[in-house]
Amino acid sequence: MPTIVQFEAVSKTFETKQQTVTAIDGIDLSVEEGEIFGVIGYSGAGKSTLVRLVNGLERISAGRLLVDGQDVGRMRESELRKVRLGIGMIFQQFNLFQSRTVAGNVAYPLRVAGWKKPDRDRRVAELLDFVGLLNRAHDYPDQLSGGQKQRVGIARALATSPKLLLADESTSALDPETTQEVLRLLQKVNRELGVTIIVITHEMDVVRSIADRVAVLEHGKIVEQGAVFDVFSNPQTDTARRFISTVIRNQPSDNDLDRLQKAHTGRIVNVEIHESLRIGSILSHAFSDHGVQFEVVYGGIGAIQERSFGSLTLELDGPETSVDALIAQLGSVTTVEEVRA
Amino acid sequence: MSGIVHTVTTDWGQMFPLLVENLGLTLYMVVVTLIIGGLLGLVLGILLYTTRRGNILQNVVVFNVLNVVVNIVRPIPFIILIATLGPLTLAVVGTTIGSNAAIFAMIVGATFGIARIVEQNLVTIDPGTIEAARAAGAGPWRIIFTLLVPEALGPLILGYTFVFIAIVDMSAIAGVIGGRGLGDFAIQYGYARFNWEITFAVVVVIVVLVQLVQFLGNWLARKALRR
Repeated sequence: MPTIVQFEAVSKTFETKQQTVTAIDGIDLSVEEGEIFGVIGYSGAGKSTLVRLVNGLERISAGRLLVDGQDVGRMRESELRKVRLGIGMIFQQFNLFQSRTVAGNVAYPLRVAGWKKPDRDRRVAELLDFVGLLNRAHDYPDQLSGGQKQRVGIARALATSPKLLLADESTSALDPETTQEVLRLLQKVNRELGVTIIVITHEMDVVRSIADRVAVLEHGKIVEQGAVFDVFSNPQTDTARRFISTVIRNQPSDNDLDRLQKAHTGRIVNVEIHESLRIGSILSHAFSDHGVQFEVVYGGIGAIQERSFGSLTLELDGPETSVDALIAQLGSVTTVEEVRA
Repeated sequence: MSGIVHTVTTDWGQMFPLLVENLGLTLYMVVVTLIIGGLLGLVLGILLYTTRRGNILQNVVVFNVLNVVVNIVRPIPFIILIATLGPLTLAVVGTTIGSNAAIFAMIVGATFGIARIVEQNLVTIDPGTIEAARAAGAGPWRIIFTLLVPEALGPLILGYTFVFIAIVDMSAIAGVIGGRGLGDFAIQYGYARFNWEITFAVVVVIVVLVQLVQFLGNWLARKALRR
């Protein structure tokens, strides 16, 4: 897959009267054509700045930034305007023009691009049909719900058929149900129109739902990146682990463990569950093979990128060496972590 | 009869045409001021807003110069502004007396007042919408005309309605330099001659005029705001 956005040691600093603030600190990152790339981080991590560098709403301070082969870091503002016609953007607060109708909002980028009215009208109808709001064309934004507003935002962002869509916290102002609706639409944009999407978010659920790859941003640096499944199943940093724990609550907390250890006499182990692991068959032979009794005391199994993933906490009861043997058997097919008092 | 209040019989056959003529002069001064001062004020207000730090035409020097000039001119009471502008009025209009001399001073006063009103209304626009327009590839001039003005249109109409009334107020002072109009008429024929009927008639005409304009402004603003 060709690269559509490439950050090479990119930094961004803001000068204020008192000090220089480094928002982005030497980032290397490449986004491939056709993927949905998630950037996750807490507020203040530099996510919004990062995404604004791509379409030049903010200019890089150092390094090199290539977008579709063009060196946007060295472009003049007038050249950047042409680049922006090929990049759509949607926002947390939708940022619709209140003085224009839904159709007028969607037509705006087409006017900027110099489309003739009949062509504009045809394209607007096509886009509103795509996002399911054809019947609201003549309404004003303040007559729409949050989810509908974001769908208008998406239609407007896609007006000039961009190859790349930047989504800046696009679901953070929406309730969970509407969030899913908008995420499904973004997935449709990616799959049916082949648009590459960079999704900026602080919600791990958004990344889990639609992203192919993810980068974890902290203090302007990327602390972890990779395929979403890999990052989820094997996080390397505390920040990544904290984000994952917000969506996958299958690992007992310290309080839970205290309680479990008081309630159960056997040894407590966390067993990582993945797609190909046949945990049931191992456990169903635990007694006949090792003389060990088991109890499931905590855990959960979900899916990331359509692959099963989770963790079960088991109480294993039996002679010391037998339990060791069972743990060793499990350890040969997955990650097992014994919780000690 | 007691005191200084005399009963004066008003010859309405003579006074009515004068009232109408002076109403016409007031309207002439106010409308010309509103059109020219309104446009200049709009340009100045847009510049004040867009050259501010972080905005689409950010320019520290231009902003600071404009800001200081506006702050200097605005607090000057209109009657003193007329006197201060004397030499400039002479250079531009060719005379320092009459309606046109008055209009010049009114335009200067109105321009700076309107500039602040325009700026204040533009500040209320959500910066996110400007960012959305920039992200769509729009340049600063396109943003000004296709986004800033339409988004602030309702409040701008109300602002201009407010300014209309302030200009009527200014025009009443125009009599000082021979500008004539309703204010001058009320002073010369009403106040100076102890003819309360004339003064009262002028007040009624001005109140009706202001009410009509306010009604029109409200109606237009409501249409622009779709409420």
